[in-house]
Amino acid sequence: MRTEAPATPLVLVARSIRPSSTTVHAWLLLLPAMTLLALFTHWPALATFIDSFFSTPRPKRGATFVGLENYRQIIDDPIFWQALTNNLLFAIGTIPVSIGLALLMAVWVNDRIAGRTLVRMAYFTPTVLPMIAVANIWLFFYTPQYGLLAQLLSAFGGASYNWLGSKDTALLCVTIVAVWKEAGFFMIFYLAALQQIAPSLGEAAVLEGASRWYFFRRVQFPLLMPTTLFVLVNAVINAFRTVDHIIVMTRGGPDNATSLLLFRIYELGFAFWDTSAAAALTMVLLTGLGAIALAQYIFLERRIHYR
Amino acid sequence: MSMRAASEAYAPAGASRLLETVAAWMLAGLWILPLLYALWTAFHPGEYSARFEMLAPVTLDNFTRAWSSAPFARYFLNTFVLVTLILSGQLVLCTLAAYAFARSNFKGSNVAFALVLVQLMIMPDVLIVQNYKTMSLLGMLDSIPAIALPYVASAFGIFLLRQTFKTVPQELDEAARIEGAGAVQTLLRVYVPLAKPVYLAYGLVSVSYHWNNFLWPLIVTNSVEARPLTVGLQVFASTDQGIDWSIICAATLMTSAPLLIAFLLFQRQFVQSFMRVGIR
Repeated sequence: MRTEAPATPLVLVARSIRPSSTTVHAWLLLLPAMTLLALFTHWPALATFIDSFFSTPRPKRGATFVGLENYRQIIDDPIFWQALTNNLLFAIGTIPVSIGLALLMAVWVNDRIAGRTLVRMAYFTPTVLPMIAVANIWLFFYTPQYGLLAQLLSAFGGASYNWLGSKDTALLCVTIVAVWKEAGFFMIFYLAALQQIAPSLGEAAVLEGASRWYFFRRVQFPLLMPTTLFVLVNAVINAFRTVDHIIVMTRGGPDNATSLLLFRIYELGFAFWDTSAAAALTMVLLTGLGAIALAQYIFLERRIHYR
Repeated sequence: MSMRAASEAYAPAGASRLLETVAAWMLAGLWILPLLYALWTAFHPGEYSARFEMLAPVTLDNFTRAWSSAPFARYFLNTFVLVTLILSGQLVLCTLAAYAFARSNFKGSNVAFALVLVQLMIMPDVLIVQNYKTMSLLGMLDSIPAIALPYVASAFGIFLLRQTFKTVPQELDEAARIEGAGAVQTLLRVYVPLAKPVYLAYGLVSVSYHWNNFLWPLIVTNSVEARPLTVGLQVFASTDQGIDWSIICAATLMTSAPLLIAFLLFQRQFVQSFMRVGIR
């Protein structure tokens, strides 16, 4: 850190002659954060990349270079394809539904309906609760015979069904939980954006005789595009990194029907201790996330370009 | 939040307004249903856990039984230490780094900033296998700092504070310097006070995130002394209890209670904080 010095013109001159002192100060300020970033982001990313070309070290023999063997193993592993398919379905299930619901919630809460503070609170509450806690509640919700869902269905004469225990419905069940958890979070961004739209636009549209749907479609929705993009990026990232509810509700089962990519990494790394396979799969996931970042960047660039 | 919005000219009236209100309330009811359900189960004896009768006796028994059958007091303490450690570390490190990025044009600043932003995509949540190895090498496994460290240098915090510091008028900075303040003093006396709302917002979001975080703490901890609430709850719910839902619901509510109560009390601040931190 720089010691205190009187800011005489002489010092200012000296500083402008030696720009390196600013550089040294700046790097000193950055040092603590950069050290931790290097230790827990840059190095692990690099080490994961390197590890993915080596075999998993075992007590009897150390890691040996195996080239693309770990990646070939992934390609040959039906559970990987299952997890990838599940994750894509999970993403396709959660992203549009939670964004659509968030927009609907925001439009409703933005109108002056009775009790809108309570309604907003109800929508937002899942966001502040731990996923692990709400997953336990939903687990109970889905329980055959005793759960609320089973009770409701039996009231209407339906038979009890093991929602989480069946390969056909388990993924849908965990998708619903994710939508429920996320929609209220995304709502607040739409709500903020809706309130930024100038009132005069609505008044002008009324004078022009535009219908409400037309006004929404041609004025509000386009103005909400930056928000939608922001929410979309968040929703995509969340779809590939949320596994808490999988661990609580299904542990990837039944028969890998709810295994997602990050859950599979967790399983390979910490249940089977096959760290090389986990490293290779981590690289696959990171490449996917990187591609999303790149797509977002290109899309944003183009938007700014044409504006 | 009471700003006049563009949709006001299109605010529904008459039957459509009623329809919209009913629909909004129905969705709200649906949304809060799982929580109400957990509340019902937690506050009633086991035999009422899925039977809804007006006259069912209310009891706190499930809470006392949950509290006594697992070291929740210790878990609460661990989580409290954890979020305090992470937040204080984040505040110091991110402030220093953000100040460097916001106000000095130094050699390598672009490269350094890119190296920080990398973390927005390559999140600690994904690097679990390698970070576990690192913690093992450092001999830190099964400790609270091991849970905290990967999150302390937060790219998001640095980015957010940098944006905020950039809006501070250069003249204020220069005025402080002329009065003889050094770099760190200027930072503490000019920048930090002006960024107070952003610190509050970031703090709320960080605390809720790490109070709720699960996967990394699950992997890196192995004992009662280090486990945060989320992991403690999972250990409790999956092994000890069989399927006594009343007790599991009570434990679940207990672990979420501090955040839930804080949220209900400071609803506006929560919503605005999440909004402020989200929109960059």
